Amino acid sequence: MCGIAGIVDLHGHGRVSRVELAAMLEPLQNRGPDGRGYYLGADVGLAQARLAVIDPAGGGQPIGDRAGSVWVVCNGEIFNYRELRRELRARGHRFSTDSDTEVIVHLYKEHGEAFVHHLNGQFAIALWDVLRRKLLLVRDRPGIVPLHVSVSGGRLLFGSEAKALLPLLPRAPALDPLALDQLFTFWAPLAPRTLFQGIEQVAPGEMLVVQDGRCRRRRYWHWAFPAADGPYRDEPPEVLAEQLHELLLDAVRLRLRADVPVGAYLSGGLDSSALAALIRREAGGVLRIFSIRFADAALDEGRFQQRMIDHLGARHSAVRCSGSDIAGRLPAAVWHAESPMLRTAPVPMAMLSELVRREGYRVVLTGEGADEVLGGYDIFKEAKVRQFWARQPESAWRPLLLKRLYPYLDLSQQQGLAYLQRFFGRDLHRWRHPCFSHLPRWTTTAMCKEFFSDDLKDALRDSAVEALERDLPAAMASWAPLQRAQYLEMTTLLPGYLLSVQGDRMLMANAVEGRFPFLDHRLIEFAAQLPPHLKMKALNEKYLLKKAVGRYLPREIRDRYKQPYRSPDIAAFFSGHTPDYVMALLDPDAVRRSGYFDPQRVGRLVAKIRQGRAIGAKDGMALIGILSTQLWHETFVEGRPVRSAPETNNDSRQQSAPGA
Amino acid sequence: MAAATKIRAYILENYLFTDDETALDDDESLIERGIIDSTGIMEVIFFLEQEFGVRVDDEDMVPENLDSVRRIAAFVERKRAIA
Repeated sequence: MCGIAGIVDLHGHGRVSRVELAAMLEPLQNRGPDGRGYYLGADVGLAQARLAVIDPAGGGQPIGDRAGSVWVVCNGEIFNYRELRRELRARGHRFSTDSDTEVIVHLYKEHGEAFVHHLNGQFAIALWDVLRRKLLLVRDRPGIVPLHVSVSGGRLLFGSEAKALLPLLPRAPALDPLALDQLFTFWAPLAPRTLFQGIEQVAPGEMLVVQDGRCRRRRYWHWAFPAADGPYRDEPPEVLAEQLHELLLDAVRLRLRADVPVGAYLSGGLDSSALAALIRREAGGVLRIFSIRFADAALDEGRFQQRMIDHLGARHSAVRCSGSDIAGRLPAAVWHAESPMLRTAPVPMAMLSELVRREGYRVVLTGEGADEVLGGYDIFKEAKVRQFWARQPESAWRPLLLKRLYPYLDLSQQQGLAYLQRFFGRDLHRWRHPCFSHLPRWTTTAMCKEFFSDDLKDALRDSAVEALERDLPAAMASWAPLQRAQYLEMTTLLPGYLLSVQGDRMLMANAVEGRFPFLDHRLIEFAAQLPPHLKMKALNEKYLLKKAVGRYLPREIRDRYKQPYRSPDIAAFFSGHTPDYVMALLDPDAVRRSGYFDPQRVGRLVAKIRQGRAIGAKDGMALIGILSTQLWHETFVEGRPVRSAPETNNDSRQQSAPGA
Repeated sequence: MAAATKIRAYILENYLFTDDETALDDDESLIERGIIDSTGIMEVIFFLEQEFGVRVDDEDMVPENLDSVRRIAAFVERKRAIA
C-alpha cells in the first residue's frame, strides 16, 4: 500500500505545483515511508508516497509508458499482475519494470476504461491520459483501499485520505450532519459521503472520470445475487465445497506474492484459522502469525489462538491490550480513521499493526470478508429466525430459536426469552422490508442520537434508513432474505467501518499492508451464486466454508461458537485513571462549543458512568460515539490534534514464542 | 412521590438523559422505543429492588410487568400490596 494524491485543473489554467503536491503527501507519510514520486503535466499533478512491497528497486511511481502518454499512481496491489503481463507481452507491450503498477498503464492502453475488469486486486488508482486529457480515479470492488476527492477553486483534488486534501482547501471543512446521522445508525456514512462537508469518497467498485472540466461517476462493479428462486449453482455440495477450496487456495496464492516476507493475523476464529492453515499449505518457511490478546478474559481469545498455533507449528507474537491502552490511543485512532467510531475495536488493530512493523513485517493476510461473503454473522441467523417467526407470528415455539442465537447473553430462562421475543419481535410485521434483517440493530444504534443537540436534530430532516432505501438496487426485492442481509452488510458496515476505520486506517497507521483473500472478487462472485442454504444451513453459519476448509482445523476451532470481536469500552476510560482529554472534551462548555451534542444529556451520561451504573452496551456505544466525535472535531475542525501519549504500561508488552 | 413519578424520573434520567417530562409517555413500550434492550432490564430491576424494596422473582421478569412506566408502577404496587 501507499498514499497517493493529486490535482487536476478543471478549467485548463495549469494551476498545479509540486509544492502543493508535496504538501498533500505530507500527512500521508505513515502510509508510504519508502520514498516519494511526482508527475507534473500541463493541468495535472500526480504524487505518491510509497510503501515498497513488489519490485522495491524498480517499482517507483508515478509510472508511465515509453511515449509518456499515460501516467499512473496506484495505492494497493494488482495480485494477478504476472498473468496480465504475460498476456500484454504477447500482444506486443514492452515493460520497463517488474512492478504490478506498470501493468495498469498497458492494460489501459489495450482496453481503455474497461481495463479495470481485468484487475484482481485491492487498489485506488489515478490514471492520467495525456492525449485525451482525462483523469480516471478508480477504487477496488469491495472498498479495501480508500480514495477521497474534493472540488475547490476550479480544481479537483484527490488523495488516499481526506487529510491529504485539507492543506489545499481554503478552510477546514465542517462536519456533515447527515454523515454523522448515518454513522450513528449504520456505524459509517454511506459512500460517497464522508464526515467532511465537501469531501467525498470514490465509492467501492466505482470509477470517476474527469474530462473537459466535468466529473462523471460510473459503477463498474456491483454486489449482486440471483433471484430467490434461482438459478443457483446446482452442483452437489461436495463439488461446490471443493470448488470453494480451490478458489480460496488460489486467492491465498496470489496474495502471497510479494518481494518482502508475508505474515498473517489470527484471532482464533474460524476464518483466520482457516486462512493460516491455507498459507501454511501454500508458503514454505516459517509461518509468522500476529494476534491481539486482551487483559479482560471475557474478550480474550488466546486459548483458541494457542490451539491453532500448536496445530500449525507457527511462530506467534501477540500484543496485549489493556483498558489504559484503549484510553491512551483513541485520539491517534481518530486521527488515522478520520472518523468518529461507536466502538473502541479499531484501537487494538493499530496496536497489532505496530507489533507487525516492529517485528520487521509489512504485509499480512487477514480473514475479513468471510462472514459477509459466506454467511457467518449472527445478524443473518437472527434475521432468519425472525423471518421464520414472522410467517406465524402467533407461534409460541418459533421464537424459541432466538435463544439459540445468543447463548452468551446473561439471561435467565423463560424471562430472558420473553425479552428477546419482545425485542426482536418489534419489526416482525415489516418482514417484506428490504432492510428487515438490520432494523433491530439500526434502531438500537440510533438510540445514541438522543444525545444530539437540538441544532443538529433540526438539521436532520431525512431519515438515515429512508435515504439508504432509496439507493438500494431494484433487483434486491427478488433476492432471498439472506442475500438481502448480506448485501446490506457488504455495502454499509464492511467498506464504511470494517475495511476502513478498523481496517486500512489502522494497518496504515504503521505502514502495514493487509490483504484479504476472502474478498477476492472471483470468490465473492462464486459465493453469490450459491444457494442460501449452503451458506446458512438451518442455523449453522458458513456451512460450505466449514466443509471446504474443515480438514485443516482442529475440532475445537471448527465447532466453536462464534465470538464477536470486542474491546474494552467504558471501563477503559473510567475504571482507573481517566486521561485529561476525556474530561476536557466531555465538559459542558466543550460539548456546547462543538455543538453536536446536548451538554446536559452528556453530563448525565458521564454522571451515570461515574456512579458505576452504566452496564448496557448502549451506554458504551454512546460514550465512545460522543467522545470520538469530540476528538474528530478538535482534530480536524479546530486543528488541534489531541496528543495523549499511550502510557507505558507493563500490559502492552509483546510476547513472542518460537513455535515448533 | 407516587411510584410512577419516580420510575418515570429514573428512566428519563438514566436512559434518555433528560428531565424533559414530554420525552416519554407512561404507556410507551420501552423496548419498542429502543430505550431498554434485553440486558438493560437488569438495571431497571436493580433500581426497583433498591428503591421500592420489592423482590423481583424470575417469573416476574416479563414485558407484561416491566415494559412501560405504567406497567412497572402497577407491578410495584401489586408487589407492595402482597409484601
